[in-house]
Amino acid sequence: MAMATRVFLLLLLVLISSPSPSFSLYEDQVGLMDWHQQYIGKVKHAVFHTQKAGRKRVVVSTEENVIASLDLRRGDIFWRHVLGPNDAVDEIDIALGKYVITLSSEGSILRAWNLPDGQMVWESFLQGPKPSKSLLSVSANLKIDKDNVIFVFGKGCLHAVSSIDGEVLWKKDFADESLEVQQIIHPLGSDMIYAVGFVGLSQLDAYQINVRNGEVLKHRSAAFPGGFCGEVSLVSSDTLVALDATRSSLISISFLDGEISLQQTHISNLVGDSFGMAVMLPSKLSGMLMIKIDNYMVFVRVADEGKLEVAEKINDAAAAVSDALALSEGQQAFGLVEHGGNKIHLTVKLVNDWNGDLLKESIRMDHQRGCVHKIFINSYIRTDRSHGFRALIVMEDHSLLLLQQGEIVWSREDGLASIIDVTASELPVEKEGVSVAKVEHNLFEWLKGHMLKLKGTLMLASPEDMIAIQGMRLKSSEKSKMTRDHNGFRKLLIVLTRAGKLFALHTGDGRVVWSVLLHSLHNSEACAYPTGLNVYQWQVPHHHAMDENPSVLVVGRCGLGSDAPGVLSFVDTYTGKELDSLFLTHSIERIIPLSFTDSREQRLHLIIDTDHHAHLYPRTPEAIGIFQHELPNIYWYSVEAENGIIRGHALKSNCILQEGDEYCFDTRDLWSIVFPSESEKILATVTRKLNEVVHTQAKVITDQDVMYKYVSKNLLFVATVAPKATGEIGSVTPEESWLVVYLIDTVTGRIIYRMTHHGTQGPVHAVFSENWVVYHYFNLRAHRYEMSVVEIYDQSRADNKDVWKLVLGKHNLTSPVSSYSRPEVITKSQFYFFTHSVKAMAVTSTAKGITSKQLLIGTIGDQVLALDKRYLDPRRTINPSQSEREEGIIPLTDSLPIIPQSYVTHNLKVEGLRGIVTAPAKLESTTLVFAYGVDLFFTRIAPSRTYDLLTDDFSYALLLITIVALVAAIFVTWILSERKELQEKWR
Amino acid sequence: MLYVMRVESLLGINNQRTMRAFLVFFLFSCLGFALLVPSSLGFQSDELLLDDEEFGLEGGRSSESFRIRSQPSAPQSARRRSSDFGGGGGSDSDSKIQFSLEHAFGDSDFSPAGAFSARLKTSSHGAQTLTKLRFSRNAFTEAEKEKFEKLLQGDDFYRIRLPSNVVSPPGREYIISAVKARCLPREALDEHFFIHMDGVNILAVNYGSPGACQYPRQLKLPGKWSFNSHTILKNTEQAPRAPVFSEEILGGEEGEGEGVKPVERSFWAKYWMYLIPLGLIVMNAVTQALNMPEEQATGQPGSQGPATAAVQRGPPTAVRRR
Repeated sequence: MAMATRVFLLLLLVLISSPSPSFSLYEDQVGLMDWHQQYIGKVKHAVFHTQKAGRKRVVVSTEENVIASLDLRRGDIFWRHVLGPNDAVDEIDIALGKYVITLSSEGSILRAWNLPDGQMVWESFLQGPKPSKSLLSVSANLKIDKDNVIFVFGKGCLHAVSSIDGEVLWKKDFADESLEVQQIIHPLGSDMIYAVGFVGLSQLDAYQINVRNGEVLKHRSAAFPGGFCGEVSLVSSDTLVALDATRSSLISISFLDGEISLQQTHISNLVGDSFGMAVMLPSKLSGMLMIKIDNYMVFVRVADEGKLEVAEKINDAAAAVSDALALSEGQQAFGLVEHGGNKIHLTVKLVNDWNGDLLKESIRMDHQRGCVHKIFINSYIRTDRSHGFRALIVMEDHSLLLLQQGEIVWSREDGLASIIDVTASELPVEKEGVSVAKVEHNLFEWLKGHMLKLKGTLMLASPEDMIAIQGMRLKSSEKSKMTRDHNGFRKLLIVLTRAGKLFALHTGDGRVVWSVLLHSLHNSEACAYPTGLNVYQWQVPHHHAMDENPSVLVVGRCGLGSDAPGVLSFVDTYTGKELDSLFLTHSIERIIPLSFTDSREQRLHLIIDTDHHAHLYPRTPEAIGIFQHELPNIYWYSVEAENGIIRGHALKSNCILQEGDEYCFDTRDLWSIVFPSESEKILATVTRKLNEVVHTQAKVITDQDVMYKYVSKNLLFVATVAPKATGEIGSVTPEESWLVVYLIDTVTGRIIYRMTHHGTQGPVHAVFSENWVVYHYFNLRAHRYEMSVVEIYDQSRADNKDVWKLVLGKHNLTSPVSSYSRPEVITKSQFYFFTHSVKAMAVTSTAKGITSKQLLIGTIGDQVLALDKRYLDPRRTINPSQSEREEGIIPLTDSLPIIPQSYVTHNLKVEGLRGIVTAPAKLESTTLVFAYGVDLFFTRIAPSRTYDLLTDDFSYALLLITIVALVAAIFVTWILSERKELQEKWR
Repeated sequence: MLYVMRVESLLGINNQRTMRAFLVFFLFSCLGFALLVPSSLGFQSDELLLDDEEFGLEGGRSSESFRIRSQPSAPQSARRRSSDFGGGGGSDSDSKIQFSLEHAFGDSDFSPAGAFSARLKTSSHGAQTLTKLRFSRNAFTEAEKEKFEKLLQGDDFYRIRLPSNVVSPPGREYIISAVKARCLPREALDEHFFIHMDGVNILAVNYGSPGACQYPRQLKLPGKWSFNSHTILKNTEQAPRAPVFSEEILGGEEGEGEGVKPVERSFWAKYWMYLIPLGLIVMNAVTQALNMPEEQATGQPGSQGPATAAVQRGPPTAVRRR
């Protein structure tokens, strides 16, 4: 009989844990629990294409290296290309009315994209001797043999490129003259171009070049003894204005007919005395330039013969000005946006007539968007034949808005393309009395819905009904409710973006619940160049869940260096209100969330500054009380990647230097690991997630044997690589490249595991969970990527197998574990080939840690692949025994399988994938997965199937009806049988 | 000055030098050593002497020509060794090195605490490795004893450090390790060095008690103020390489191509679905058969007599036939 049960169990196991993916979807399930949002990032350049086009569009390039064509009417993306992370777009333009020309990678790659569908038409690699400024000049009216020529200055060379096929027509090398070309000027209707630039700091050179063959016709140079600071503005086809080295005077340069004449004007003569530094703002207005001085923005008009005069002075340094836009009859207009209160004022003016406003509008603007960073304007012909203007504006939070007729036509939250950190937060608990009323209100709808569902189940539904059912499922109010659900699927994702804006996204449908531009991370005098770093859970109320709101801690830095002072900000996650913000006096090197909370359930955080002082937050006496108690047991480590040193530290006592600051602690070095600088360089360090739950330490293996996982929170995985091999894959031979991986106990500095992989190279991506590490690297000998797994088992507890020992209490399972004890561990490892290169790696996490784990691998194709941990089991053998098979061990293969259905992202792409975040749902079987990059993708997955949940489309109505029908049938048959019995008796 | 050294290198060279009282004990306790040196006690001591001789020579020479760290312990121990075994003639003198161990009590400064000495082996392709590591520990002075007791009282850290490069100490930086002082005292002070090497560089040293350190740590003073030092040198392990593995896999795949061999299953596992019904039928038949005679017994008592008689009659006939 025992054998039968075993066989039965085996069958069950095979059924449940068949290696085939358990999370593929049916067509009608798409969008039920996942959402996908596409973004482009902060717009750098925009080119409108509205003339003679059926679909009005704007082509933009962004700081996330995206080129996109947007629908001007609705803001949707027509097409989009994400260039690589090292391929930043320098400039874009439109050529021949049908190609989008992009110059990228510091002026070395020129590409043409077909405007309607975004197909790449041609691509040219422009070579040059040295890096330099890059310029792109596409002139619409310059024709050479029916070909429009594109002039590109990049890498010290001027290239003329045919816009039809991208062929380089000629090339002029300016590197020998060490000329840094500032402007390429093409006077209307002529056959020559001017290249004007600086040689050194004080000499200005102008070259007149034949368009057809690149021959230099004239070369003039003029020296300016005061020197230039490098900022220059083109005001007309033969006049430039530059700022001198002291930033106190403007020099207007005219190079008419190749003769250069300079004229110097002091800024103080123009604007009166001022103390600030003048900065020339890049502009393309004819006859006008802009300088910023103090808090003013000054428009300077260039009159005849290089005379300068102030046209206007605006007391708003944050105002944004667009480039000039050519209107009919040779007039040029430009847009100007000023801020006033919670409104922005958009003005469109003619360049040569300051007072003639073509348009003046005031638009109410959400102050969470900050101020306007950029404006691009475009004109159209109104129904009354006059000029109308629309403006595309880029806000401080990186969002993109289209303004027309005094309204916001559409807006895009493109700040979400540059997420820095994510944390999940709970929704409010459902208050009593709310839901009942809602149900009664919608009773009819509810009935109707269930009728439809019933029809669907009984296959009676017409196609229209099916569509209605699908629609109902997709926007079921259940999913996007603003309250906590029983299964824990509904949560808020708190997302920090590079713009310093915090968003709360609802996991149900991905909508933005609230967003706040953090006051503390706002560029101000108190804090220049603020950068956001991380988001942490600050307060998660359990005991007071009904009346206290959870909050998050946003950590930032004022300045670019790591020694810049820090900023803390506390934000309520229900309302999005910034509760408090602190400008710290010390820097932030590392933030350690401690495992203690105070009576208000605020988590204690330790912030380590660059001088290795520890600062405790929150700064309350209660917190210090809790902390003092645990002081001797707090250790941490620091990684000095450049020096190749890892150090361990412990806390000592209150700071000596800062007398009276009882929240500051001195630290001391306990241990150090010094990697030899000639043979190893730290490439990656990974630790376990702090909030990871491990269900059991024991792992039952074949033949009812038990192994104990070595579960320590203090393990650090370090990968080092030969210093030569830090470059790209293939830059070294296998002989001179190796990878060493370590597992280090961060309390004692003990190296628990050390292994050298010869002939391998980074980049290394690793994930650490429970007692195992999986890491990914490149094998130069096999020319393939490889993934390795290391599992650590605790031998000191291995004797606890005897039941009698357990019964009699003679076991050491409950004894405290000390890091100072010598660990008796054994490690098992195994290597597998893996096809893809990896962008990010994560592991699923569930509420209790019972469900088996899956690795989530962000592939080079910007998709997320779920790979069962069972494939990465070091105990896999070629021919597993019967009992090992029962345990679920898969026969050994040399490479890891990639099953197309196991892509979590289905057929979608998370462009520019940078990170994958997992959060446990309340339901044990399910993990919430959020992948971010330029795009966002959210779904929930069940690594071992949803064994604890009925599916969404389970028809409760059908079940009810069946029960009712059965009960009715029982009654009917009962009555019938009664009657029959009676008849029998009468017979 | 009492010191005990036990040095095990992973290269398989085990050396022991101890006082005679400890020698037998170690012979029995170090199973690995005993296995490696299967011959008699006499042979073992011979080998030890040889090693020590070399070493002693080395120490003697180093005092003249070599860079020796100016610390009290090293010359002392070297002198002792040379006096013990006499300066024999050695040739490979440039392969000996010494580096010092320093210790600190709590946050105090580091001071010398002992010296390691080892052979530097240079392989044909230039890689250098350390072998035959020995360690001589200085005994605590009275002042140090006091300091250590203070550490024990305060449950504070006892820290040690080593140079990160043994050829040109201290190398780039010192390697520090620390342990709570209360972990060390047992009978004597038991310490355990686990030195991770990479050529001539020391990567890390794990310092602590050889066994467990119970938590919470109890205050316990050592019975003897001497050190029992154990040292292990460890170089990196090489990851096993794939080619062999992949060949095996190819073989495995070919095997699969021939058809997956059915796993050898027991008779019961194969035919249980037939056997169970069969068993049920048999059981059914048996019970019926059991019931039948009862019924017969109750229904037709008369017929039983002849039947038994017939049965009884059977065997005799058989016997007769034989």
